[in-house]
Amino acid sequence: MTESVSQPPPASMSVVPPGAAVAPGAASAVPVTGAGAADVVVAAREGPKHKKAGREPGERSGRRQIGRRSWWGAVFATPHSLGLAIFTVVPIVASLVVSFMNWPMLGEHSWTGLDNYRKLFSDQTFWIVARNTVEYVVLYVPLNLVVSLGLAAWLTPRIRHRHIFRVLFFIPTITPLVANVVVWRMLYQPDGFIDATMQSTIGVNAPNFLADGTWAMFAVVAMSVWAGFGYNMLIFSAALDAVPDNQLEAAQIDGASAWQVFWRIKFPAISPSIFFATMMTLITSFQVFTQPFLLTKGGPGTETETLVQYIYNTGFQTQQLGLASAGAWVLFVIILGITAVQFLGQKRWVHYE
Amino acid sequence: MSSDTRPLKAASRTRQAIGYVLLCLVALAFMSPLIYMVATSLKPEADTFTTPPTLWGSELRWQNFADVFSYLPFQRFILNGVFVAAVGTAINVMVAAFSGYAFSRLRWRGRNAVFILFLATLMIPQDVLIIPMYVMMQNFGWVDTFQALIIPWAFTALGAFLLRQFFLTVPQELDDAARADGAGTVRTFIAVMLPLARPTLAVLAVFTFISYWNSFLWPLVVVNDVNARATIPLGLQAFFGQQGTQWSLVMAASVISMLPTVILLILLQKHLVRGIVTSGLGGR
Repeated sequence: MTESVSQPPPASMSVVPPGAAVAPGAASAVPVTGAGAADVVVAAREGPKHKKAGREPGERSGRRQIGRRSWWGAVFATPHSLGLAIFTVVPIVASLVVSFMNWPMLGEHSWTGLDNYRKLFSDQTFWIVARNTVEYVVLYVPLNLVVSLGLAAWLTPRIRHRHIFRVLFFIPTITPLVANVVVWRMLYQPDGFIDATMQSTIGVNAPNFLADGTWAMFAVVAMSVWAGFGYNMLIFSAALDAVPDNQLEAAQIDGASAWQVFWRIKFPAISPSIFFATMMTLITSFQVFTQPFLLTKGGPGTETETLVQYIYNTGFQTQQLGLASAGAWVLFVIILGITAVQFLGQKRWVHYE
Repeated sequence: MSSDTRPLKAASRTRQAIGYVLLCLVALAFMSPLIYMVATSLKPEADTFTTPPTLWGSELRWQNFADVFSYLPFQRFILNGVFVAAVGTAINVMVAAFSGYAFSRLRWRGRNAVFILFLATLMIPQDVLIIPMYVMMQNFGWVDTFQALIIPWAFTALGAFLLRQFFLTVPQELDDAARADGAGTVRTFIAVMLPLARPTLAVLAVFTFISYWNSFLWPLVVVNDVNARATIPLGLQAFFGQQGTQWSLVMAASVISMLPTVILLILLQKHLVRGIVTSGLGGR
């Protein structure tokens, strides 16, 4: 037990100056393949710091040139700012307010304080959907990462026609998710593609994936991985391409196997991308809705019902918008938590070159 | 080339070939749902469930695609989808171009504060907003309208960052030259900066378009009259609800829904890859 207490925090990484961690996205003129999904967020978040440090080329000369402030900037930013204020800032604040109110779709609204949250946390269904969502996330995120990283590593520049493979694996991430789901409904159907294939090859009936409680969640996850991994694959593939050749050559001259080269050199080099992809995939997978909603309607029973479907059902089926807002805020807090971890983690345990 | 490396090379070449065949098999397995979809969409309904599964039915039934349109107004859904996505994209690209420029090359009071607010909004997922957004649409009288499908998501902040990143890379000399020619801020922006930003604007446009085209939860919430206002995903779901047992038609409808995005992907793969890799657009 004492051992776990004395375990040192990964402090060795925290000596990396924060600026170095975010330099890729913010300042560079060339496309930077390293950081991936959260690049923009982080780059922009650190934007003001960079300005003070005078690192951005445009900014540095900008100070020289456009010394005086003008009101054009405010004018240029106004349409976007207004739109964001009305359609994002107001709703998010409003949803917090509504979550403290009894707010049926039609009829009187009244202030109820914490009632919705109390109701939410004592609702058995809420805990079931929360557990289902976590189950989905725990299955989906590692699978997605393993598949996408594996294929990205496989598709080295030496593979002939690799861009064709990349495009193929990317197709389902860009086609409407609803259409993907409908296709998989047919694959999972009794007598459908999977069942028929199993019957004709090994002579065994496949389980009724979507109606069987032990299989439904796995079926939803498998379909989601198929439809979603192409995105991370592209990010990892680009990050791997950006690993400096001289390091790889040096390792090959030293007689390292492909396996060793991958784990000792490539993997650490792309760890920022992996970290960001993990966080982004976590965030999106907590919001899973379409796949279970259309594959199983959340069933059998409530076996695959997720948080967003719960919010949708409470809001638009039973029409308790206050309770639904409370649920939405719980989801939001989870996502904020992940974002916070990401923000702290990028400085701590990601190995930046 | 010394003689003792030759067998070694041959061996590694064989291994490479085996690896390549394996990769092709993986790709084939991966594509099989889509291949099966296309195959089924061309089968007569009676041939859809066979053991073992087959690629071809007793005939190639192109009529399925025509039949899809006779059950539900899919042409309407396509038009709605194009209209909603095109207008939303136009608005988003336009406001983002202006704000991205303001955040990168213009100095003004409150710039950093506003920018941080923009950043903060990136952390708010759409799904969390649907309830209050619906209440807002009720108050605006926008429930079941096209503007409800378009406007609420036309101001997402991501475009501002993308454009800001781009404008920061443009050499200051270009501004100087424009100014020396007597152009003011607006003319410099429109005549010099916007044309330069065309590739970045294109990347943003493609991703915004696709995210509108594929959006499902919000249309599901806000559209009541599916036949009149559904976009493709909602229309496909309605079709599935109606004709769910006629799999050949459902698959034909799925092919129709996917086709535009696949064509976009094939035509614009370079732009798409660049958008994802440099800025994390389109994450799912």
